[in-house]
Amino acid sequence: MSLRSGRKHTLSILVENKPGVLTRIAGLFARRGFNIDTLTVGPTDDERISRITLTLDGALHPIDQVVKQLHKLINVLKIRDLEPTDTVARELAMFKVAVDGAQRAEVMQICEIFRGKVVDVTKRSLVLEVTGTTDKIEAFERMVRPFGLVEMMRTGEIAISRGRGET
Amino acid sequence: MRAVDAVMECLKAEGVEVVFGYPGGANLPTYDAFVDAGIRHVLVRHEQGGGHAASGYARATGKVGVCLATSGPGATNLVTAITDAMMDSTPVVFITGQVRTELLGTDGFQEADTLGITMPIVKHSFMIQHPLEIPRAIHEAFHIARTGRPGPVVIDIPQDLSRAEIDYEPVTDVHLPGYQPTTEGNQKQIRQAAKALASARRPVIYAGGGVINANAAEELCALARADRFPVTCTLMGLGAFPAPDPQWLGMLGMHGTRAANYAIDEADLICCIGARFDDRVTGKLSEFAPRAKFIHIDIDPAEISKNVPAHIPIVGDAKNILTKLVAEYRALEPDRSRLEEWWQRIETWRERHPLAYEDSADTEIKPQFLIQALYEATGGDAIVCSDVGQHQMWAAQYYHFDKPRRWINSGGLGTMGYGLPAAMGAAVGCPDQTVVCITGDGSVQMNVQELATCAEDGIPIKVFIMNNGYLGMVRQWQELFWDRRYSHVDMGRFPDFLKLAEAYGATGMRFTDKTTLVDDIRAALATDGPVMVDVRVTAEENVYPMIAPGAPARDMVG
Repeated sequence: MSLRSGRKHTLSILVENKPGVLTRIAGLFARRGFNIDTLTVGPTDDERISRITLTLDGALHPIDQVVKQLHKLINVLKIRDLEPTDTVARELAMFKVAVDGAQRAEVMQICEIFRGKVVDVTKRSLVLEVTGTTDKIEAFERMVRPFGLVEMMRTGEIAISRGRGET
Repeated sequence: MRAVDAVMECLKAEGVEVVFGYPGGANLPTYDAFVDAGIRHVLVRHEQGGGHAASGYARATGKVGVCLATSGPGATNLVTAITDAMMDSTPVVFITGQVRTELLGTDGFQEADTLGITMPIVKHSFMIQHPLEIPRAIHEAFHIARTGRPGPVVIDIPQDLSRAEIDYEPVTDVHLPGYQPTTEGNQKQIRQAAKALASARRPVIYAGGGVINANAAEELCALARADRFPVTCTLMGLGAFPAPDPQWLGMLGMHGTRAANYAIDEADLICCIGARFDDRVTGKLSEFAPRAKFIHIDIDPAEISKNVPAHIPIVGDAKNILTKLVAEYRALEPDRSRLEEWWQRIETWRERHPLAYEDSADTEIKPQFLIQALYEATGGDAIVCSDVGQHQMWAAQYYHFDKPRRWINSGGLGTMGYGLPAAMGAAVGCPDQTVVCITGDGSVQMNVQELATCAEDGIPIKVFIMNNGYLGMVRQWQELFWDRRYSHVDMGRFPDFLKLAEAYGATGMRFTDKTTLVDDIRAALATDGPVMVDVRVTAEENVYPMIAPGAPARDMVG
């Protein structure tokens, strides 16, 4: 496992699917002053096991200490610090943009370029769904913000390793 | 059988001889099971006392301590004891009652989120959700508590689940996929460490409580004697290396000896075993051992390079690793004369700066003299439990521990009120040994109620209160760092400890004369049952030498 500092880190953590596991992890971060950027949790193909994908700023935290502390939790089965080049990472975001007739087409066009979807439309608003890397979502945000961004929601990253190897 | 009867079966299977606890509504089923279980139960007077007693028992015997409490206030009263066990890596299993499952989350009577409250202070915890989980949870708890880096484990059992009927089948295997402590130690790193030791010209061995937890005191001595390595121990490690040994430098850290701290400061190689570079040891971290490379041996990988970057990290069990390290070192046949110069330097410090204090000319008892008198009266052959404060540091300095598991105190958390119940637990675990509690007039009042437990159960601890009428350590800090503005540290030599001892059914004594002190202490030790002695000592005396908090180790004062 490579544990370099100084960049954004994506940790993929396999945990036992038991009550309170997320609290243990979140609590560990809180009391040791490690700041989580994003965190997603979901089931895996094995119902006894869940996966947590967690991103944090390696410039702010000693990543190997974070990983070692996580390893001490009994319900944590495996931790990987994912290499960006060997990883496919995505997040989902939804944007509510206040646009009326005149600008709607323009926003929808931008959405198409980003391969987003229009999931709701009213006379004065659009809700757009975009998936992609964090960079792409931030780029999309920059594009639509000037039209009148009402709300934005992001899921945080999920990531999987490329090729046949397990994440 | 009822799940609680299975609890008793599991405890017996784990070799539990005694449980410290306190009953209440939510753990009534468990207490009902005690009636027929044939396990000794010590009824403490406060759950915190029960937790510390279980800790004292664990530290004195090397076994897992067990403490029971009810839900809500019973469980919250354990919080300090659990944190204490966590900070000092003490194996204790805490079993708490919880309200019935139908009441969970409704703010029911005596409901508290025990799992949530204790989550940051446990090695692991279990919330029972089905009665069938109970036997496995108990065995897993013991396994987790005693293996790897030991620590506290909490099991929270809702009342209705504990009284449910289950088909009990003994659990013979424990398999925790996420928990596999490394015990062996990497042979390549061990060889590297041996080479580093063989070429070091100013090496120091810095040993901590982990050596005692790993029962590795003999192996530590073997390493020290494989060459003439100077050895220092942390507060938690005292007794891991015999204090009378010529290679012993004394304790290091805030109130350590000058020889130990100067040696660390000038060392070119520090071999740290089972210690964690706590701030009370390192002082100003950036100036700690500035010339040294570090070998760090620890069972907990997260301790490696946490505070100080380890040049040679070795993760594993200290006993195991030290045995291999000694063998590797011997095979190298290093030049022993290379340490001559280093020892000359150390001897100079030792001669120039021995531990010393100015004794009184009259009958007044200096606190340091009290510890020396205790050492003399016990022949150095007692389990010494201490509370937290000046008396703790004087005991660490002047009672020369020569065996492990003879010194039991609250190192990491610094818990006032630890000493008396811990002594009680130690005495229960080691009935054939003299168990002494050294405490202060402040500390003892934080859990003095356990004297009642001792009196009732015939637990013959001898409590010596170093009574100076002050919260002495706080007073010392106000004197040194707060311009002598004494704020709320004057305890006025109250209460009347003699009467208090008698009120609890113990024997009370008061010593005020230095000239008869050793004989007086012998008399107290020879008295049956628990004894509490009010020893009047010099009121304003400071613990020296001292490194001011956050200062570098070489800047010792006093």
